[in-house]
Amino acid sequence: MSYIRPKFRHPELPKNKLGYSVDFYEGALSTLCAGCGHDSISAGVIQACYESNIEPHRVAKLSGIGCSSKTPAYFLSNSHGFNSVHGRMPSVATGASLANRDLIYFGVSGDGDSASIGMGQFVHVVRRNLNMVYIVMNNGCYGLTKGQDSATADNGSKNKSGNVNLFEAIDMASLAIELGATFVAQSFSGDKAQLVPLIKAAIKHPGFAFINVISPCVTFNNNVGSTKSYDYVRQHVEATSTIDFVPEMAEITTSYEAGTSKKIKMHDGSSIQLSKLEKDWDPMDRSSAVNAMLRAKAKGELLTGLLYMNPDTQDLHHTLNTSDVPLNTLTKKELCPGSKTLADINAEYR
Amino acid sequence: MKPTDIKDPEYFHKVVDCQYACPAHTPVPQYIRLIAEGKYSEAYMINWDSNVFPGVLGRTCDRPCEPACRRGRLANEEPVAICRLKRVAADNKLDVTGFMPKAPFKSNSKKVALIGAGPAALTVARDLAPEGYEIHIYDEQKLGGGFMRSQIPSFRLPETVLNEEVNYILDLGIHQHFNTYVSSLKEILDKDYDAIFVGTGAPKGRDLLLPGREEGAAHIQIGINWLSSVAFEHTKKIGRKVIVLGGGNTAMDCCRTARRLGGEQVKVLVRSPFADMKASPWEKEDAQHEDIPIMDNHVPKTFVVEDGKLKGMTFEKVKAVYDDKGKRKLVPSGEAEVFVEADDVLIAVGQENSFPWIERDLGINFDEWGMPVVDEKTFASSHPKVFFGGDAAWGPKNVITAVAHGHQAAISIDLMCKTKNLLTERPSPYVNLVSQKMGIHEWSYDNEVVNDRRYVVPQTAKKVALLNRKTEVELGFDPFHGFKEAERCLNCDVQTVFTENKCIECDACMDICPTAAISFVTNKEEEKDLRAILKVPAHNLSQDLYVSDVLPTKKVMVKDENVCLHCGLCAERCPTSAWDMQKFFYNITKAGKNAIK
Repeated sequence: MSYIRPKFRHPELPKNKLGYSVDFYEGALSTLCAGCGHDSISAGVIQACYESNIEPHRVAKLSGIGCSSKTPAYFLSNSHGFNSVHGRMPSVATGASLANRDLIYFGVSGDGDSASIGMGQFVHVVRRNLNMVYIVMNNGCYGLTKGQDSATADNGSKNKSGNVNLFEAIDMASLAIELGATFVAQSFSGDKAQLVPLIKAAIKHPGFAFINVISPCVTFNNNVGSTKSYDYVRQHVEATSTIDFVPEMAEITTSYEAGTSKKIKMHDGSSIQLSKLEKDWDPMDRSSAVNAMLRAKAKGELLTGLLYMNPDTQDLHHTLNTSDVPLNTLTKKELCPGSKTLADINAEYR
Repeated sequence: MKPTDIKDPEYFHKVVDCQYACPAHTPVPQYIRLIAEGKYSEAYMINWDSNVFPGVLGRTCDRPCEPACRRGRLANEEPVAICRLKRVAADNKLDVTGFMPKAPFKSNSKKVALIGAGPAALTVARDLAPEGYEIHIYDEQKLGGGFMRSQIPSFRLPETVLNEEVNYILDLGIHQHFNTYVSSLKEILDKDYDAIFVGTGAPKGRDLLLPGREEGAAHIQIGINWLSSVAFEHTKKIGRKVIVLGGGNTAMDCCRTARRLGGEQVKVLVRSPFADMKASPWEKEDAQHEDIPIMDNHVPKTFVVEDGKLKGMTFEKVKAVYDDKGKRKLVPSGEAEVFVEADDVLIAVGQENSFPWIERDLGINFDEWGMPVVDEKTFASSHPKVFFGGDAAWGPKNVITAVAHGHQAAISIDLMCKTKNLLTERPSPYVNLVSQKMGIHEWSYDNEVVNDRRYVVPQTAKKVALLNRKTEVELGFDPFHGFKEAERCLNCDVQTVFTENKCIECDACMDICPTAAISFVTNKEEEKDLRAILKVPAHNLSQDLYVSDVLPTKKVMVKDENVCLHCGLCAERCPTSAWDMQKFFYNITKAGKNAIK
């Protein structure tokens, strides 16, 4: 077995603005099953960070437990990482973000880690609007323990041993919109053309950015009858739009059919260019996004792309009015402002 | 683009860059793997079948395979030392005669005459003798080997190695007519041979008829004649100061030989700039290593002879000017004429064919330059019984090319004697494609790509090497370093074979490929458009694209063969075995199909 990926890369690999080629964003060789959707998502993350000219030392990767939570080992070796307790990644992310608001927080979780054991943590991190990217690698089963149905397995989906799931599935994307997430997207691991710009936009979003990625478990949930198999997802996928993330200052060269395209300005001057495919849907309107998803569900389709976004959001730091700078940059001067300041504070309570 | 037809053996053959570049198409990765396994005799026999002189070529080959080596296209990498690995097989083999055909053979009552006993003719002999042909070989020298003996100095190719490999062939019951100069082809034709092969090389060294040439004749010699006279021990000494004119490999052999026969101040003077010299880079290096300055941009003007004695030569200094089309012109630099002292001058400025012994009324057509008209595929002349090969066919090339010619000429002679069509009934190559899969993540070849840099072949100390012209300079890799160097081979013959209908388009192969060779894209009509949209645009046009049929999502798999490491990770990460690593064995069919047992 090959545990080692050869060191040689294509000699003509292009470099990004920082002078790094894409291999600088790689991680260790994956030990997931061959053909796992998660590996594809890892490759999407690598590509998105490379294209976004992100300095790897400015990223913190956080995860819980499960196949999906192993993946931070397989991308961005040069970034910070924290592999936390099962389902508890949001707490660690919240703490880390409060201590150092300057890093890009990249949470990776699975359907078990987020929709079962970590559900309580998930809903709270959404409603607090923590500034982070939260990717759920959703395969509808517990792949690490041999494929039992998970909480996101669709009602009626058949697992590898032939059992049909009797329970309603938790729809992570609808839930996130319901709880007030300000960036909600859905994608498929087998569609990098859509996934990569979504991740790039999510990184730029100044609040909680959630991407639910359907990621087939090639070993335990890729059978006929499963609604999370490669074939089923490909046949039932319905994109809201084609998406193009346009970094700051860049000119838009793609031409869209008149009346179908929408441009969403981001806070830093970059923008998301959407070419709409879905009718009666406005990505800036929560209720229209929820309706579009319900309609898709009724038709048995999986709606992918950017579902909802509010670019003028205020994240947790803003809400709590916390320090403008990372705590580790505070000096004695700010931390011990002197007896006069203390006297002023005390005077407020008199 | 249309899907690639991998059933055409030439597609995968081209992926094996080294084998494809070798004129004799030696299955290089196959023998390199055998060397790594310590199976030197088997590795030798793979070579012997293809190139007939592994020991000789392992020391002296022009190695067209090495510039082609895929490893050389990787960043900061040099090609595998393919040539010197061949020598490892030759040096370490056991007795291989048991693997070779053994005379006497059952006669097919056909007689073939070979004129010249160089690599081309000996190859014809090797291929045809086991088929039952009665082979008569003619050469003016006392021993076989042709230019391999007379031109390649012993410090590069020991006589024992040459004798061994020439004798493997002569021992196949070849009728030897050495010390026999053939002065008339008509005489040979009259002897009722069924076929005649002319492999007489390019035996005539070019002269430089400059002022003083006649007066100084006693100390001015043609390089190849001088080398030959050294090889046959007629010449044992040379003056203290020697000028060698020319920039090819013969010039390098001349100057290094001169260093060993008493030449203390040996200089090479060449018209062209150093970088444009015809000599192989390593031969130039070896000459410089032996304290021989190479003075470029010097055009010889006169031989300076005083009182009937050669004093030296004068040269005009030039510089190279290149026009828009890259064509070179040497123009005088305006500097003063240079005088270089010399006791002896060796002229190595090229060699030519010479056929004074072929009567022009025999039905053999010659072109305006006095070269025989020879068919490029069949090596047949305009006379039905006469074939040409080696340097005699199209002028000076090298040993490996001569061997390749010999194989093809032998096939033609065999076909002709069996009254078959020389063009349409040529045998196809032997091709085999076999999966290397042993388990989920296991292959029957060593797929790990090592990062070692090219190993340097050890040499005899200069002081010792210069004492005796028979002391071999290169020592060859020892088995350990042979193994290490063999491990650098990327196994390009283990092909990545793609099966469309198994692919579920999970992208795993594309994501894992270290060199971004695999892309899944929407197909394009034109190859250049498809090349432009790949993960890394495929700029190396000499390397093919492997394009699949249309997949369920309407995309196609496109693999740029350029820097594929053949590491097998695509196949390991493939959940459905749509990718498989399959060993491709391609071997040119020889006339004597049973050359190897």
